Amino acid sequence: MGELAVSEPVNLPVGPLGRHGTGWWGAVTLIVSEAALFVYLLFSYFYTAATAHAGWLLEPAPSLTRALPNTLLLLASSVAVWIGERGIIRQHRSQALLSFALALIMGAIFVYVQWLEWQTRSYGLGTSSYASLYYLTTGMHIAHVLVGLIVLAAIVMWTALGYFGPHRYIAVSSAALYWHFVNLVSVLVFAAFYLTPYLGFGR
Amino acid sequence: MSQPEFRTPDIGIDSVEHQARLLRLWETAPGIRGFFSSVDHKDIGIRYIVTAFVFLALGGIEALVMRLQLAGPNRSLLTPDQYNQLFSTHGMTMIFLYAAPILSGFSNYLWPLLLGSRDMAFPRLNALSYWIYLAAGLFLYAGFLTGNGPNDGWFNYVPNAARDYNPGLNQDFYALGMVLLGISTTVGAANFVVTAFRTRAPGMSINRMPIMIWGTLTASVANILVVPAVSLAFFMLWLDRQFGTQFFDPAGGGQPMMWQHLFWIFGHPWVYAIVLPAMGMVSDGLPVFCRRPLVGFSLVALSTVATMIFGFGVWVHHMFATGLPGLGLSFFSAASIAITIPSAVAVFAWLGTIWLGRPVITTAFLFFASMVLLFVIGGVSGFMTASVPVDWQLTDTYFVVAHLHYVLIGINVFPVVGATYFWFPKMTGRFMNETLGRWNFWTMFAGFNLCFLPMHLTGLLGMPRRVYTYNNYPGWGALNLLTSIGAFVFACGVLLFFINVLKSARTGALAGKNPWDAPSLEWSVPSPPPAYNFSIIPTVASRHPLWEDRLGDHGIVSSLDRGMLLDTHREALASTPLDATPDMILEMPQDSFAPVLLVLGLSVIFIGLLLKVWVAAGAGAVIVIAALISWMWPRRSLLQREPIHG
Amino acid sequence: MSVSSWGFPFGYLDSSGPRAAQIVPLTWFTLAVSVVVCIVVGVLLWHGIRRRRAAASTDMRSIPIETGGSGMRWISVGLMISAVPLATTLVWTMVTLAAVAGPPKHPGLVIDVTGRQFWWEVQYNGDQPSDGFTTANEIHIPVGVPVLVRLHGGDVIHSFWVPKLSGKTDAIPGQTNLSWMQANQPGRYMGECSEFCGFQHAHMQFEVVAESPTEFAAWRAAQLQPANSPTTPAQERGMKFVEYRCGLCHQVRGTLAGAVNAPDLTHLLSRRTLAAGTLPNNAGNLAAWIEEPQVKKPGSKMPAQLLTASQLSDTVAYLETLK
Repeated sequence: MGELAVSEPVNLPVGPLGRHGTGWWGAVTLIVSEAALFVYLLFSYFYTAATAHAGWLLEPAPSLTRALPNTLLLLASSVAVWIGERGIIRQHRSQALLSFALALIMGAIFVYVQWLEWQTRSYGLGTSSYASLYYLTTGMHIAHVLVGLIVLAAIVMWTALGYFGPHRYIAVSSAALYWHFVNLVSVLVFAAFYLTPYLGFGR
Repeated sequence: MSQPEFRTPDIGIDSVEHQARLLRLWETAPGIRGFFSSVDHKDIGIRYIVTAFVFLALGGIEALVMRLQLAGPNRSLLTPDQYNQLFSTHGMTMIFLYAAPILSGFSNYLWPLLLGSRDMAFPRLNALSYWIYLAAGLFLYAGFLTGNGPNDGWFNYVPNAARDYNPGLNQDFYALGMVLLGISTTVGAANFVVTAFRTRAPGMSINRMPIMIWGTLTASVANILVVPAVSLAFFMLWLDRQFGTQFFDPAGGGQPMMWQHLFWIFGHPWVYAIVLPAMGMVSDGLPVFCRRPLVGFSLVALSTVATMIFGFGVWVHHMFATGLPGLGLSFFSAASIAITIPSAVAVFAWLGTIWLGRPVITTAFLFFASMVLLFVIGGVSGFMTASVPVDWQLTDTYFVVAHLHYVLIGINVFPVVGATYFWFPKMTGRFMNETLGRWNFWTMFAGFNLCFLPMHLTGLLGMPRRVYTYNNYPGWGALNLLTSIGAFVFACGVLLFFINVLKSARTGALAGKNPWDAPSLEWSVPSPPPAYNFSIIPTVASRHPLWEDRLGDHGIVSSLDRGMLLDTHREALASTPLDATPDMILEMPQDSFAPVLLVLGLSVIFIGLLLKVWVAAGAGAVIVIAALISWMWPRRSLLQREPIHG
Repeated sequence: MSVSSWGFPFGYLDSSGPRAAQIVPLTWFTLAVSVVVCIVVGVLLWHGIRRRRAAASTDMRSIPIETGGSGMRWISVGLMISAVPLATTLVWTMVTLAAVAGPPKHPGLVIDVTGRQFWWEVQYNGDQPSDGFTTANEIHIPVGVPVLVRLHGGDVIHSFWVPKLSGKTDAIPGQTNLSWMQANQPGRYMGECSEFCGFQHAHMQFEVVAESPTEFAAWRAAQLQPANSPTTPAQERGMKFVEYRCGLCHQVRGTLAGAVNAPDLTHLLSRRTLAAGTLPNNAGNLAAWIEEPQVKKPGSKMPAQLLTASQLSDTVAYLETLK
């Protein structure tokens, strides 16, 4: 009979501490799945383009006037969320509240501007496969942003209620991670639809 | 309720008071309340298993009706439309509503017991994955039962699935139902991944996990990555049909081939996801009946992962006849031939375990051992179709139908039935009847082979798939008759299985903690296990904790009788991903109605989308958001918020 | 002795043309390897179970646990043995693929085949439009000549398969896939649709008739001719009826029936079957088919015609002249 493996008494953290907890990892796996969704959306775009006839690209020189500032706005909102998370950690609740609220507003503006962008298009959802892919991809992104706005609103509410502090704020970290993910996706979607035509893709 | 941020959990031995405390903390409420709010993985596992077996029976009946139609040439039992709905619904049922959920069910039930844990990482998410599965199954069958079942095969190629060629609701039921089911698969997979990496018993380093953990873990990682592909494809199909988008319509610049790529990028990893966990069950169960550890344990674990990694790179072998350029075909052909290697590792390991062990012939053993042969038969027909030029003749004939049934029934159904005989005593405290079990086995084995072995020849004689009837060409009638007879014999075998389950649950011989003298942790708890699984958190020192005294390692031995008590709240232990060193105490949620409410909301959304009643879809969305916010609301008991606010 | 004496019309282990023939040895090889592997594993399993099995007993504890060797040799030897047929198959596959995949550089004949629900439209084109004609479900080719087949998808995905001459290639809407075949000896070779395409996927057969170059030229010249003129009053009435009714979907060159949605009927009687292999082509079946297409082939695209008896007999009388 060998020596018994024994659990030595050890001091362990209890519950989610900071961003360490199973909930964080759950958020990570679900975000990976959503990331895969956008990979397949972009695959669909590039695959259809590669097998399409000339002139498929309805936007060979897409205007960046709205899209570029809008994408940058969303990236700035990520900075705001980051500042807000730090505010929670350092117990500066007003910094946290303001930053989250600011991010929420920036996100809402993003959605509105994207909607305006859609209005400027001369083609509808069913005009061609390019049109369908453009609206579906940007639409899926907007849907994820809208979910993010609901999540941010909940974070604002819970922060105002004083729920989070230096030890317990896993909901904030998970929400922040999701928001950063959505913004990374916006960069990729922007690059695919607005930048690659200028690099010669689709000609 | 407030807790300090750090605590040293008490270490001790078991006692009656300790068990009573744990029972109070963990037991589910009785009655209807408990039924809908339970988050106990054992309840959820059994529900998955029962529901999946119901779908197995339904899918089987669909097959029997088809076999009646095909028993002879030019029969007219079924119209073409009825036949098309039957074969499509049969495929959908077996692959999506039986094969994956049954493995989720066994995994759900067994994982915490195998890992030495009190529950899965996300108990409420676990309940959610089951309720969504049930809702999706009901949704899909509502279509079938109203004459609007899927009718374009389970892989549903466009343009035949497009509205021009398929104007009814059939495709809308299928597309939306699959998107809904995909949510269940994804959240279930997330649960398995986090559970495997974060909630193993102390000392269960990654090389000590049972193979079944490796199997389901691998399948779950794959599902997280590929389910979005098929959900996207089905969503695009629904948009094409209902909103006039042009994803797949060549007239609008769409690409019918894109459906195939998206579908098979999902579909091929999926077929590995529905066999790897079952292979894990065999790898864990067969050695018990050979009275020795599995041969090549580490290699088998690694080959599980390798098979899946290869599995991401072979999807085009379902598309060899689509006119793709030769260079691409060559790559996928080579990968499809190469994937035989990691699969073969498991086969040799099982053969070696039997040869070097002392086989004890029980019904469970018969199912596990026969699976090895059926696996090989299915595997070699797959090897044949991996060669592109050979596949150009074999594909879309009954040869492929034979192949897919050997791999699916041989590597999923037979292990599942074996697993039922093996773990039934643990789940119910009773043995299944061995005499009935022998009849069950031999009837299933004979019927299955009588049905599907001739099918290889039917395919070699050129009979195509998915035909509702056929002319009296030489050989086709006789072979089809043999197949139909075999199908009914096989069905009798399955019926005997169900009878054995139902009978034994009531009157089976009583079983104790470890009736099979098996090595893994689930056999150290009572049968059936109490709600809290382990009263003492075990500390694990090897792959076979309950065999350590016999294997004579003389190293450190697992500690099952003394360890952390964790009985002050509903608590479980988290440990590091590789070494399983304890690193956190987890507060586990109480029973909750949020999952059921969320699924009700989801169902309203999807019914609204199906019937194009957008207000209903919106109302469903509101319910879903409300349920989610209530679910995610930071709770003091779960330490998701500071104890004092202000 | 060739397998063709068994008479399996869709069997491909017995082939009649180089594109299919080059696949046959590889098929036999992989089949043989597969059967051997299954037998070996079956024998190993059987003996492994029997040789040291415990006596029937429910007390597992009485049988001691033993390690009895790591067993790694099972895996290493097994893998090494497996590698041989796998590597062989891999190389042989690439060689065969290179040999049979590419369409011929100098095809003796080029035809365009369009898969439709539930029949095959076949176009023979020449240098000028007047050299071209369309037929359905029966393809004639000269023996010993590589034939390039350009496949088009007319509605949904179908798959073109003549087992004794060539492997399958899909006909996909929106793209043109190339296939090729060559027959070594004269004969009728059965073909069938091999991708599920809807209600009557089961009844979408076609035939490839390989004949000597002179016979082929004669057939081609005959197909180029417009339809025979009617000679009797019944045929005259029948022709008018066909122009007026059948012409909504069908074409009969030389008459006013000129639609292209359904099989070309100009030389209907030159074909062996009706409705893509559903019925043998004779007067009785022709009448039955026209009268109740949805009974013979439910779900096909030809609607029930609801003709009077005289309309039916006049139509059949005229169609019977379209040799």
